[in-house]
Amino acid sequence: MMTSLDLYTLMPEVALSIFALVALMFGAFFGKDRVAGPVLWLSVIALLAAAVAIGWGVRADSQAFFGMFIDDAFARFAKVTILLSAAAVLAMSAAYLTRHGLMRFELPVLVVLAVIGMMVMVSAGDLLTLYMGLELQSMALYVVAAMRRESARSSEAGLKYFVLGSLSSGMLLYGASLVYGYAGTTNLAAVMQAITTDRLSVGLLFGLVFLLVGLAFKVSAVPFHMWTPDVYEGSPTPVTAFFATAPKVAAMAMIARLMWGAFGGVPGEWTQVIAVMAVLSMFLGSIAGIGQRDIKRLMAYSSIAHVGFALIGLAAGTVFGVQSTLIYMAVYAVMNVGTFAFILSMERNGRPVTAIDDLNLLARAEPLKALAMTVLLFSLTGVPPMLGFFAKFGVLKAAVDVQMGWLSVLGVIASVIGAYYYLRIVYYMYFGTQRDTPVESRMGGAQWLALMGSAAAMIIGAFTLFGTEAAAERAALSLVGENSVVIPDPVAVATAPVD
Amino acid sequence: MMTFAFYLFALSVVVSGFMVVISRNPVHSVLWLILAFISAAGLFVLQGAEFVAMLLVIVYVGAVAVLFLFVVMMLDIDFAALKGELARYLPLGLLIALVMMAQLGIAFGIWESAATAEAARVAPIVENTLNTHALGLILYDRYLLPFQLAGLILLVAMIGAILLTLRHRRDIKRQDVLQQMWRDPAKAMRMTNPKPGQGLQ
Repeated sequence: MMTSLDLYTLMPEVALSIFALVALMFGAFFGKDRVAGPVLWLSVIALLAAAVAIGWGVRADSQAFFGMFIDDAFARFAKVTILLSAAAVLAMSAAYLTRHGLMRFELPVLVVLAVIGMMVMVSAGDLLTLYMGLELQSMALYVVAAMRRESARSSEAGLKYFVLGSLSSGMLLYGASLVYGYAGTTNLAAVMQAITTDRLSVGLLFGLVFLLVGLAFKVSAVPFHMWTPDVYEGSPTPVTAFFATAPKVAAMAMIARLMWGAFGGVPGEWTQVIAVMAVLSMFLGSIAGIGQRDIKRLMAYSSIAHVGFALIGLAAGTVFGVQSTLIYMAVYAVMNVGTFAFILSMERNGRPVTAIDDLNLLARAEPLKALAMTVLLFSLTGVPPMLGFFAKFGVLKAAVDVQMGWLSVLGVIASVIGAYYYLRIVYYMYFGTQRDTPVESRMGGAQWLALMGSAAAMIIGAFTLFGTEAAAERAALSLVGENSVVIPDPVAVATAPVD
Repeated sequence: MMTFAFYLFALSVVVSGFMVVISRNPVHSVLWLILAFISAAGLFVLQGAEFVAMLLVIVYVGAVAVLFLFVVMMLDIDFAALKGELARYLPLGLLIALVMMAQLGIAFGIWESAATAEAARVAPIVENTLNTHALGLILYDRYLLPFQLAGLILLVAMIGAILLTLRHRRDIKRQDVLQQMWRDPAKAMRMTNPKPGQGLQ
């Protein structure tokens, strides 16, 4: 029987859903896009409130709906990261959206709905809820990618994302059906119980690989990354900023949840697959980024490379590995918020520009912003005093700890190759040659705050990591073992009479 | 009798499914699809799942397939060109399909399930409850969360369809009911009786 306790566990998700529905009605009822601004800011407040309630409220670990939904330290860490980055991206997009005629009240509503999907994804204790959360997220993202209807690029981005995303969902579902065929249940904890051997049977291995393929699509890990550059370039910039932050964190957390939740007993079977994807992603992201002239495309390749690094932590197959992956994704989200705040502000004669050449000698006109951007780029590269270095250090150490030194060596090499394209932007900003009229950097307060805040975090955070280390460790422990949430016995649940 | 009915419906599903794919005329494809749905509904009735069978007929045949039919008839798609495109990629596609079939065949050949799978898979039927009632009990209780999430997904799809396609055109005339009602018949009409050959002045 479902009880109100189940719904209490789901409180943040339910509250956000109600907010989204009310905001939708409000927008549809009161003159459409005139209320888009207020709806957007209300959404920011709602997301922040949910983040505070989840992250700083006192909630015991619990599960709901017979283990379909798990609320533990891992889910809370991922949710706070997702909610905060989504709120930051929405806040800094407001000025851009208004100026370029994209301010529609559906956008914040869709973002909130996508965030609900992500929250379900990272809390999923069952293949069913996992898939539902994933689809809710993806469906909202397909729509916002194609939001600029009059632009062929945007429509192309939306369509490409939709077709490839559906394909990957199909793969995921096929894998899920094979897993169900093996275990007779879709509950992750029950699947884990059903696997009693050290090695997986071939059929189950097929299922595991199909699941991983579907998820690799969502985090854009090589070789399933093809959609990323086109979608990033074609979508409106605020949407690209959103793509590069919250959904990546959610999908990465979902991989960890699925692998540890259902296949935690046999880490040897999936760590190799993840290690290969990590190496390929790091190198492809670093090498293919070199030839890019468009900063949004560049950020797409950068995100592929960063996902590769984050995957190293999972490939290690340890508690520390999960912890370092979580920290990596959180730091990555903060860096991307700052970088995209800057990209959003780039324009010339009132039109947004995204070419890297346009940044020539920006340091003369805008010394402070150029400095902040330089700090962020150094951090993206992984240069020592910045936070980005400590994030990279964590995942590489996780690999070394389990005798996967080769993975760390390859990671360092890839990071050195990637340094070229980040530092080239710094070079252009400080020592470039002026060719065109200089790019203007018009910033609203929120954008300025996001850029400066994340740049400052890159420096200050290096001392303490803002206490995320302890939180991430608790999260990793709750996922991997000792204090995970107790799920009711699925066989007993399935055979219990319904009344 | 049951066996005969099963094979009849099953054969009908397979044949009509095949015809959906190979029909030259897309309208025929949709009609075959409707037959496939109805046959599948028959299979559900044989299983004792009347409610699902009725849903299939009402929702899929009654709404979805008919909608398909209209879309196919109204869209101006050159299906011959699409077929040509298909022929170009057919060899490669067949090759990939063959490889995947072989792989899945291998997986199927040595398939094994967990020892507990059979026990976990059982779904006890509650005595003396009707189909619809039993479905409701499980859908609004144990599976409430996925069910509601599916609702949210459909909502997002609806918002998306409206956001991406609805255009408010200013150059078309809209019906304004209030304005219609407020019109004064005395001003709106004029009675004339023109003589032959003169016409209206």
